[in-house]
Amino acid sequence: MIDVVGLHKSFGSKKVLQGVNLKVEKGESMVVLGGSGSGKSVLLKHIVGILKPDSGSVVIDGVDITSLNEKGLYEVRKKFGMLFQGAALFDSMKVWENVAFALLRSKKMKVKEARETAVERLRMVGLAGVEDLMPSELSGGMKKRVGLARAIAHEPEILLYDEPTTGLDPIMADAINDLIVKMKQQLSVTSIAITHDMQSAYKISDRIAMLYNGVIIETGTPDEIRNTENAVVRQFVTGSAAGPIRIEGVSA
Amino acid sequence: MNPVEKFGKVLMDFTVEFGSIMLLVCSTMKQIFLPPPDIRNIFKQMLEIGVRSLPVVLITAVFTGMVFALQTYTGFKRFGAESLVGSVVALSMTRELGPVLTSLIVAGRAGAAMAAELGTMRVTEQIDALETLATNPVKYLIVPRFISGITMLPALTVVADIIGILGGYAVTVGLFGISSTVYWNKTWNYLELNDIYIGLIKACFFGASIAIISCSRGFYTTGGAEGVGKATTGAVVRSSMTILISDYFLSAWLF
Repeated sequence: MIDVVGLHKSFGSKKVLQGVNLKVEKGESMVVLGGSGSGKSVLLKHIVGILKPDSGSVVIDGVDITSLNEKGLYEVRKKFGMLFQGAALFDSMKVWENVAFALLRSKKMKVKEARETAVERLRMVGLAGVEDLMPSELSGGMKKRVGLARAIAHEPEILLYDEPTTGLDPIMADAINDLIVKMKQQLSVTSIAITHDMQSAYKISDRIAMLYNGVIIETGTPDEIRNTENAVVRQFVTGSAAGPIRIEGVSA
Repeated sequence: MNPVEKFGKVLMDFTVEFGSIMLLVCSTMKQIFLPPPDIRNIFKQMLEIGVRSLPVVLITAVFTGMVFALQTYTGFKRFGAESLVGSVVALSMTRELGPVLTSLIVAGRAGAAMAAELGTMRVTEQIDALETLATNPVKYLIVPRFISGITMLPALTVVADIIGILGGYAVTVGLFGISSTVYWNKTWNYLELNDIYIGLIKACFFGASIAIISCSRGFYTTGGAEGVGKATTGAVVRSSMTILISDYFLSAWLF
């Protein structure tokens, strides 16, 4: 279970998170919506402990990770798998070495076995015969799949997705959505995805939360969000430029 | 911004950067001694920083030795001290030119590469990815480069010393016809082991500086492709300045 309580974070004078509260139950699939620059990625990086909050706590299975030392933090991180927006593959390594990275380093698996596991994980995300390619030889959609294979390689309990469909064509985006749903069914993981792609949000989520002005303003099932009374949320999910959300730097 | 504010800003920026470098030094020192050592990565970096720098270090050293012999001979001939060319070349190479020129070349070559690689990894979130895969990025990325810097710079310096002295020999004996015996006698008579040690201590320090400064520029890169460019330039400029300035103080201290 993931419990984010009163999370505050500023960068210089810019207040990004101003008291975020978010609870994700075990096995649940949560989607956090938010506009560009709303602090979605920052929230995700707090959950995995890459960023330290100014105040507030992040509790993972009863452990407050904001108070852990480095060693404890790396232990907790073994529960996580994360798919980055640009996939963040290590470009100096072959595809299978990317997927097997955690297996070879923290699980101390033998090279042959790790390679076999990597090939199997790649098959799970619909890729075959790419294991000896370099990341630079892959298309955007393939990179995301490899990123996903790497995120699930060490059998994490929690999967984090940073804008999984951004930058992909609609068909490829839907294929990634299908994969996310498949991961949830096959691996019964808890997951948090951040996105501004509503189609993706409706498809992959059990519950949806909306981050606006540094706080979660509404949480609900996809149906509740679709029929919300909240004007801010409604503007966002219908994708309208007119409404209470003002576009930064553009005058009305 | 008035001049006082400007001065204050420069001072603040310097303090922030110096502080972040020192913090990186601390965590690097801590990670170096935490088992297990990452042998594969260390060797990979040694290959990159040491072996691959060898050709350009060799060319620099041989021509530095040659031009030094040429100039010294021209000068010393005016008061009939041509026989001392060998010892001047040997002393200058081991104490000064060997370590400093080698380090400047490695700063331009390997330092720039370190900053660019780590900077790209930072802006494409590869460093964050390391963290989520439960791998400490300082141990994985910086420790191997630091160890390679601190070991490969002295190694390259030894090679540069030898090749520089041979370059000087070639010019003095081959071009100006000083006897080979005289050249070597003068070289060995005035060269002390201490001269070589001083050069090597300097090389160690320069190697550590290049690695830490370049890695820190790359590691804390912000702002996309432009940021990587700035980090790379910054790494070479700061490493070179550090080498040249600290060289004076190290020389004065180790004299």
